[in-house]
Amino acid sequence: MPANPSARLVENVLDLKALEQKPTREGFGAGLVKAADDSPEIVGLCADLTESTRMEPFARKYPDRFVEMGVAEQNLAAVASGMAAMGKIPFITSYAMFSPGRNWEQIRTTICYNEQNVKVIGSHAGVSVGPDGATHQAIEDIAIMRPIPNMFVFAPCDMGEGEKVTIAVANAKNPCYVRFAREKTPVFTTAGTPFAIGKAQVFWVEPPNTKPDVAIVACGPLVHNAVLAAAELEHAGIKVRVLNAVSIKPMDEQAVVAAARDAGAIVTVEEHQITGGMGSAVAELLAQRHPVPMEFIGVQNRFGESGSPSELIEHFGMGVNHIRQAAERAIKRK
Amino acid sequence: MPHLTDAKIKELEALANRIRQDVIEMVVGAGSGHVGGPLGMADIFTALYFHVLRHDPKNPDWPDRDRVVLSNGHICPVLYAALARSGYFQVEELKTLRKFGTRLQGHPHRTALPGLETTSGPLGSGLSQAVGMAIAAKMEAKKKKESGPRINVYCLMSDGEQDAGNIWEAAMLAGKLKLDNLTAVMDRNNIQIDGMTEDIMPLEPLREKYEAFNWHVIEINGHSFPEIVNAFDTADAVYEKPVLIIAHNIPGKGVDFMEFSYPWHSKVFKPGEAKEALHQLRTLGGKITGEHE
Repeated sequence: MPANPSARLVENVLDLKALEQKPTREGFGAGLVKAADDSPEIVGLCADLTESTRMEPFARKYPDRFVEMGVAEQNLAAVASGMAAMGKIPFITSYAMFSPGRNWEQIRTTICYNEQNVKVIGSHAGVSVGPDGATHQAIEDIAIMRPIPNMFVFAPCDMGEGEKVTIAVANAKNPCYVRFAREKTPVFTTAGTPFAIGKAQVFWVEPPNTKPDVAIVACGPLVHNAVLAAAELEHAGIKVRVLNAVSIKPMDEQAVVAAARDAGAIVTVEEHQITGGMGSAVAELLAQRHPVPMEFIGVQNRFGESGSPSELIEHFGMGVNHIRQAAERAIKRK
Repeated sequence: MPHLTDAKIKELEALANRIRQDVIEMVVGAGSGHVGGPLGMADIFTALYFHVLRHDPKNPDWPDRDRVVLSNGHICPVLYAALARSGYFQVEELKTLRKFGTRLQGHPHRTALPGLETTSGPLGSGLSQAVGMAIAAKMEAKKKKESGPRINVYCLMSDGEQDAGNIWEAAMLAGKLKLDNLTAVMDRNNIQIDGMTEDIMPLEPLREKYEAFNWHVIEINGHSFPEIVNAFDTADAVYEKPVLIIAHNIPGKGVDFMEFSYPWHSKVFKPGEAKEALHQLRTLGGKITGEHE
């Protein structure tokens, strides 16, 4: 069983039929209520998507701390900046396509440059939004949030980690962006799975006293696909390390460089354009610190389209087989 | 706020004149920057910082202070001059405007300088930030058992930036939430970078537009201290509605060749022009002999 024991994943991590399936946004909903219970300064603002972004449990429990903004994402960001200026800790929610998609400049100037402690929550990120189609599938959000100074960026891999990230960003003192997904995906971490800002966890580890042949750095619900690919590769005699890069910024530079050094080949996996996303962050780091052959799993300069989430993940080349083949290509390029 | 005596009006007029001179000297020293807007808004900034606001320049982080949000950040020379003249920092520092290493950035940066409430420059988002402050202030006031003095939030914005959709999103929310602790002042000087506002993008009827968004609207001559102070007084008294003061201003006010001229939105002084502008201000347009001529 080469799932890393210290990651304390669920026991049946490879059994898709047995795993509980819940969307990561559920983790946001649960985490926000818990964080708000502890911190009276937390307020919630939503642009007419309270239920589907899962801000509703908070809004119901704390109606005096909730502001319904209507369909006005620029106002959503800048009003939050004003509330943060008065000492509040605003969480703002919409679909990632609209926030941070539509209000980028307000986030950059009034939140990040202005050093206001606002948490931007982008739900429905990735093509797995499904039937709604490309207009609602945010696959550029990491790329637009990552370069802004003061901003942290996270992509939790399942509902449990979504809750942990939500509580952690509530306690952070700077602007944070967290991307969540609409679709139900496997819940494979446990309460004991470690999470810390700036840390990547090894979810799958090479056998003791060996070096991995390849390392897969993944974020978001596709981390589970990376784990499944790792199991298949291992079955074929290839040693694999899988890193969960939930903390895209700040990135766990030490863990990523160590993976490149130990494996000599890297595959990045994200439900995002390969331009500017988590894979690009890894490439920027490794180009400077330890260049190795890299393969990028993600959307390749295309818009999404309608379909079921699983159809779209396959269509855009982010399935388990695609990850396995990318690993084999990366190893060959060593 | 205190009663506006004749002596106080004279004092405010002299301060506004001094602040206009500061603005011209700053922009000349910087070699770039905006003059038309700052000269037009000098009287309103003077009224705010020297009569209307509850603030303490020696304690800029006082939690119960009134908040001033400058939305059209490019007119910051007048804000910087008002802050310096009211004691937030040394007047001497005004000379550093726009220079490398300065706290007086080309557009205001909150964390750089005491007295600034926001970072601003990109137009159209200041009203939203002021709305956010007003909402938070109301939330806090609701929590307190004893009612203390109310925190007022003042947003200063331009007419040109009314082109931006973000403004109307903010206006809608302020009306919905009945933010009577919010007062916006619109610098209605009719100019923007590309020309006259009504040619670029007609804004009128502005009063009716804001009234339709459930605001209380007051129109004033933005160069009359009794009218300015009276409008802020009224804004204090209006219940359950945000207030917009449309201040009819003369851009470049105080310098005859700059008044009403949209190129002076951000024009650079030619040799002799700055001297002439300062001369006009120091002599009150030739009515008196300048002290530092």
